[in-house]
Amino acid sequence: MAARDQHGPGAPWGKDFHVVGHAQRKVDAMAKATGEAVYTDDIQLPGMLHAKMLRSPHAHARIVSIDTSKAEALPGVHAVLVGSELPIKYGVIPWTPDETALAVDKVRFIGDEVAAVAAVDEDTAQAAVELIEVEYEILDAILDPEQALVTPEPAIHEDRKRRDNISKHVDLSFGDVDAQVAEAAVVIEEDYEFSSNTHTAIEPHCAVAQLGADGRLTLWSATQITHYVHRAIARVLELHPARVRVVQPCLGGAFGGKSDPFSLEFVVSKLAMKTGRPVKMLWTREEVFYAHRGRHAMKMHYRTTATANGMITGVDAKLLIDGGSYSSFGLVTTYYSGQLLTGPYDFPNYRFDSTRVFTNKPPCGPKRGHGSVQPRFAFEVQLDEVAHRLGIDPIEIRRRNFLGDHTTTVNGQRITSNGFLECLDAVEKASGWKERHGKMPFGRGLGVAGSMYISGTNYPIYPNKMPQAGIQIKVDRSGLVTVFTGGNDIGQGSNSMVAYLVAEELGIRPRDVRVVAADTDLCPVDLGAYSSRVTFMVGNAAIDAARKLRKQITESVASHWATAPSEVRMINGVVIDLQDPDRTMSQREAFHLAEEAHDTLGSTGSYNTPTLGGDYRGGSIGASPAYSFTAHIAEVEVDPETGRITVDKVWVAHDCGRALNPTIVAGQIEGSTYMGAGEVVLEEHTMNRFGLHQGPSLLDYRIPTSLDTPDIEAHMVESIDPEGPYGAKEAGEGPLHSTIPAIANAVHDAVGIRLRTLPFHPSKVLRALAEQKPAQEVQA
Amino acid sequence: MLRMPPFTVLNPSTVDEAMEQMLAAAGEARWLAGGTDINPNLKHRLLEPQALIALEGVGELRGVSVNEKGWLRLGAMTTLTEVAEHAQIQAQWPALAQAASLVSGPQLRNMGTIGGNVMLDTRCQWYNQTHFWRKSLGYCMKKDGTECHVIKGGSKCVAAASNDTAPALMTLDAEIEIASGDGRARMPLAELWQADGIWNRKLSPQELLVAIHLPPTAAKHHGAYGKLRDRGSIDFPLFGIAVRLDLDDAGKIAHAALCAVALQARPWPLKKVADALCGTTPGEQDFLDAVEQVAALAAKQCRPMPNIPGDHEYRHAMVPVYTKRTLFAAAAKAGPVHHL
Ligand SMILES: Cc1cc2nc3c(=O)[nH]c(=O)nc-3n(C[C@H](O)[C@H](O)[C@H](O)COP(=O)(O)OP(=O)(O)OC[C@H]3O[C@@H](n4cnc5c(N)ncnc54)[C@H](O)[C@@H]3O)c2cc1C
Repeated sequence: MAARDQHGPGAPWGKDFHVVGHAQRKVDAMAKATGEAVYTDDIQLPGMLHAKMLRSPHAHARIVSIDTSKAEALPGVHAVLVGSELPIKYGVIPWTPDETALAVDKVRFIGDEVAAVAAVDEDTAQAAVELIEVEYEILDAILDPEQALVTPEPAIHEDRKRRDNISKHVDLSFGDVDAQVAEAAVVIEEDYEFSSNTHTAIEPHCAVAQLGADGRLTLWSATQITHYVHRAIARVLELHPARVRVVQPCLGGAFGGKSDPFSLEFVVSKLAMKTGRPVKMLWTREEVFYAHRGRHAMKMHYRTTATANGMITGVDAKLLIDGGSYSSFGLVTTYYSGQLLTGPYDFPNYRFDSTRVFTNKPPCGPKRGHGSVQPRFAFEVQLDEVAHRLGIDPIEIRRRNFLGDHTTTVNGQRITSNGFLECLDAVEKASGWKERHGKMPFGRGLGVAGSMYISGTNYPIYPNKMPQAGIQIKVDRSGLVTVFTGGNDIGQGSNSMVAYLVAEELGIRPRDVRVVAADTDLCPVDLGAYSSRVTFMVGNAAIDAARKLRKQITESVASHWATAPSEVRMINGVVIDLQDPDRTMSQREAFHLAEEAHDTLGSTGSYNTPTLGGDYRGGSIGASPAYSFTAHIAEVEVDPETGRITVDKVWVAHDCGRALNPTIVAGQIEGSTYMGAGEVVLEEHTMNRFGLHQGPSLLDYRIPTSLDTPDIEAHMVESIDPEGPYGAKEAGEGPLHSTIPAIANAVHDAVGIRLRTLPFHPSKVLRALAEQKPAQEVQA
Repeated sequence: MLRMPPFTVLNPSTVDEAMEQMLAAAGEARWLAGGTDINPNLKHRLLEPQALIALEGVGELRGVSVNEKGWLRLGAMTTLTEVAEHAQIQAQWPALAQAASLVSGPQLRNMGTIGGNVMLDTRCQWYNQTHFWRKSLGYCMKKDGTECHVIKGGSKCVAAASNDTAPALMTLDAEIEIASGDGRARMPLAELWQADGIWNRKLSPQELLVAIHLPPTAAKHHGAYGKLRDRGSIDFPLFGIAVRLDLDDAGKIAHAALCAVALQARPWPLKKVADALCGTTPGEQDFLDAVEQVAALAAKQCRPMPNIPGDHEYRHAMVPVYTKRTLFAAAAKAGPVHHL
């Protein structure tokens, strides 16, 4: 069944690609540029109500009572909703359902949803929200993860089997790390800290629900996981899933911040059912900061042992992960924090012990590079320390420890294509590393780092044996091909990717392909846009479906021309007889012939991963059909007087397998690098001493502006993966990871300090420089 | 999106008409210039006036001119972009042009006015937040509450003056022209301020800033503005300092002035500090020595508090650095001093 068995990475017609590998316009580019694209908040329905949320002003409290009578009495109010009306728990991971649409008995952070109002307009809804009276019994708030670790009471979640504040603990050991210490030529053991940060997608969360006259509920939502939202809505609202339709309109960015089912989706659905009117809720920027699901803060202890040649003999890690108030993807985060570190270098021995705790803060979740960006920072800085201690060039030490391709990692992950060495070569050359690293004046430095990431995993979130991605194709007599995909285009261009692949496979132009996506009534299931899985999985399914169709079309044309199907070639919508190139027909004529021969044309395709992963509990989490690899070199300038780090330039080479559209791949590489650079020098998602968000606005939460963005030079390494769609792998998340340690290592090259706590605020630089001075004086 | 509170907008076309409308509103109206400060504050429910009186159509508030005595007149509605890009201001009142050029980002400078910048509300991390946020906190004394969260048990609001152009205008001895119910008045800008973060001006919200007047600068006037902020654009100052150096014919400093901002409720003139510079010659050792001395004195006089976002100890550490750099920039006819 799985498409991976059916096609290799080569071009479908002859040896050249006609669509793939060339710069192509995105299918929605013009609609977005002209404002024609419909985002969720653009949806206006007759009689539509507007809803607003009441949120908890306390970090941790029990709800004693809620009085909604005044709100209900306000003219213009149609319905008020409280938690007891939606008591069924959900969570994106089926094993850890600990969220409710609105707080039922307890609130767990400032901003937790408590009640909602639907009214004729937003102002009335907001006025009614302020009239709801809630009596709270305030509980001690736990804001510090160290405290959560040792404080079982009060338990932030009381009805779990574990009555403590530990969300998840994973302890996995491969080989014997401790035995390496005695033998090692060098042992580096240090603490690293990663502060929380968040996605800041420009479009805030928004949802609109409508209960149709036929009793069917339609939910339009700014989500990157229509399928999981579909399941969750049906469960929580106790509706048959066949009477629930979830549609993702055009989306203004997500980065992992829209990959959980969110409170507003249940709330507008329930309010639409209660009022019989369509209901919309659009979150404010502040509310998006509370919804969060951003990067987990982590405190990380690493010990690396190595031989005198710089060969890594063991890596031992202990991580404390601050999860915030709910589980979200936390189970996966905890595994990813260890499972994804075992490349591009060979670790003969490895152990990690990761604990995720609950705290009374906005819940953390998956942000671009889910769970593995933090450990990657720590380890790549530590590897630099090993290189420095041994006097080995930091690029050289990375080459020496290269894991190789078509191999298996210490934790049992199968590696297929691996272009990491080419990535290192590319950035080494482009940056002038050999001539410049370690040789520039004080204050200017170069740093390198590498990383790997998954192209989806074989873990389908809820156990099932059905395909992870499906595609349906409809062929019209007009010559148009319509492709139905459950894939979520979140701006990364997955709909365009589907159009390119189908066009390539059918020998037609992308503009003759229409993509209908992310509508659960119309499209076959895809699990969603997370874990960098869409290009790999939906792409393979698309090729699978299109190839079946191609066979029908070429056979029909061949029999019409009385030639062999192998002699029929379709290029850019023209069908040619290779034996007699003057004999041609249009794709439309070919489609007609095929329809005559095969009846109404259409096909389906699907993709499922092979069985992957280590044979142990959790061994399949992080097991990907293909891994991408990245190398970064950053050039920084450090002002020793102000402590300010300026990232002047970043060279990045990313092994994305085949670059299906090089322009989009370059965009993903640049966007990832930009985002990583912001996490190093600016971004910090913190709560103050009251548990209040430090500054839930785009003024106070500092993302880099165009002026703060380094010059980025993106290189693509095309390792051509044997199982990827035409050899492609992921490009959307991997190129973030090593940005961060590359900058950290460049700071060391520039001024000789090791910064191990992110973000690198200038005050930390000044402190480290001041500490370094006396040390140097002692040495001298 | 955060919603605006309800209000009406009035559109006078003369100062007299504007004043009439303001007086008729009996304290329930506010002036609307570019709106770049008041609009977000309205959304945060930091004020809930019944009416906004838009100054856009009042001709007298517009225009940049220099009179026969060399005085610069800036209508209050002159945009920050106009101030920043005006060639004569750049040449003769450089600190002002530089300060205006570093306010926020380009879009806000196109809308934001010099009058609105002078009249900018003070800022604080415990105050410039949404109503939900402030309610969760239990409010603060600047609005709806009684406590100050900057200084525990503090009895005075220490929200910070955060207007970049104010210190530059102060070093340039600006005067402001005011219209009120009693007619017109003119006063030195230096006398506008009071040490109260809740309302840091001695004028009431009902009085109208008509224009700013700047005396001509010396033939050998040097000026510059330095601004500390996290990003290359958008951000309010974490510390700002304006410098004025007037040289005599021999090239010695005859008059010097420094004024800082983003510390406490008032823009903060560094009186006396600048005296050390007088008599020294930029480019000579005595100037370098004086700069060191001035920077150290500035660090003593400027004590950033944890009122605005960011690490206040770091802001303090940057006082001497930005003071020095801005002095050197002024001496070299360069600037602004900014990390980009
Ligand atoms: C994201 C962001 C970043 C910013 N960054 C900076 C910055 O870096 N530096 C900085 O200095 N400012 C900054 N600002 C604030 C603001 O943009 C500027 O201060 C601008 O100059 C304000 O002018 P305005 O015309 O928009 O004022 P408005 O918002 O219209 O008015 C501001 C206040 O002044 C009063 N007022 C306006 N005109 C008059 C008048 N003629 N007479 C009496 N009272 C009057 C109004 O009633 C109001 O209380 C920023 C604002 C935002 C939103």
